[in-house]
Amino acid sequence: MAKFKKSTSKEVQAINTASLPDIVFMLLFFFMVTTVMRETSLKVRIQVPEATEIKKLEKKSLVSYIYIGTPHLALQRLYGSEPRIQLNDQFATKEDIRDFISSEREQMDEHQQKQMTVSLKIDRNTKMGIVTDVKQELRKASALKINYSSRKRVEQTY
Amino acid sequence: MADIAFLLLIFFLVATTMDVDSGISRLLPAMPEEDQLDDESEIKERNVFVVLLNMNDELFVEKSIVDISELKDLTKEFFLNPQNRDNLSEKRQMYVEFFGDIMVSKGVISLRNDIGTSYGKYIAVQNELAAAVNELRDEICLQHFGRKYNDLDPLNPNDDAIIKSIKKVYPMAISEAEPKEIGKKTQ
Repeated sequence: MAKFKKSTSKEVQAINTASLPDIVFMLLFFFMVTTVMRETSLKVRIQVPEATEIKKLEKKSLVSYIYIGTPHLALQRLYGSEPRIQLNDQFATKEDIRDFISSEREQMDEHQQKQMTVSLKIDRNTKMGIVTDVKQELRKASALKINYSSRKRVEQTY
Repeated sequence: MADIAFLLLIFFLVATTMDVDSGISRLLPAMPEEDQLDDESEIKERNVFVVLLNMNDELFVEKSIVDISELKDLTKEFFLNPQNRDNLSEKRQMYVEFFGDIMVSKGVISLRNDIGTSYGKYIAVQNELAAAVNELRDEICLQHFGRKYNDLDPLNPNDDAIIKSIKKVYPMAISEAEPKEIGKKTQ
């Protein structure tokens, strides 16, 4: 019995921190790889609608974004308070969509161009007139795969 | 060394956005050729489920005003037509893999909206229509395979064949009117 007591009576040793940098580096690399920097700064206010039947968008490199919403308050003096279309970093008109789609398409690999998806991030209070116009332009540009960006509905709201 | 790594780690932790983009996927119809004839007259009226959203976000289904909470059940009833009523969709027998000869509805949903309809309401309606079709798919999938439709894996060849068959039985048949027609409606 005395034998055992002798071994347990030692003081608690400090944890070996030699592997700490390894762990930190591992986490660092994980976050470095997964990070996607925001490429565009939004100039319009968008509150996407909620839905239940949603699917995740995969392969971000194949997705182009079109934003529609009212300009931010600071920009409203310049651009008015009517809903506007934003492509990349600037406001655009619906006539610009075709050029935008073709330039987005050029950036993709040839065999992936057919899988191109356009994600429509549209504010829920926008009127359908402008949305229909954009959809018609997309059809003309034959970018037919679209995704109405929406959030998962948590509870039944109606 | 560890300090620098920590610093970088914290930077990337803060800068990372983990939001996944999600939404309702749809395939737009291709632009019709100019010499293409209007073939809409071929579809019988009873096979078209007219869903209309007006400028005040009021929902009309087959010319009567309904609440959006009823839309899903109405859509399901339209496709299933359990009592073979005259005003709901026709069915035809079709051979589908896994199911054999099965009655498939000829019905098509026609979704129309006004320029003044709000986008939020439009998505809510799209969502209900999609939910109706997905529930029908779920039901038949549970019945035959004991699994939910969404649990099928498209990368698995066997599951993929099942998905294709179910899509044949219950296609996501939502047709949106050409905008020029919408203009006519509002005048």
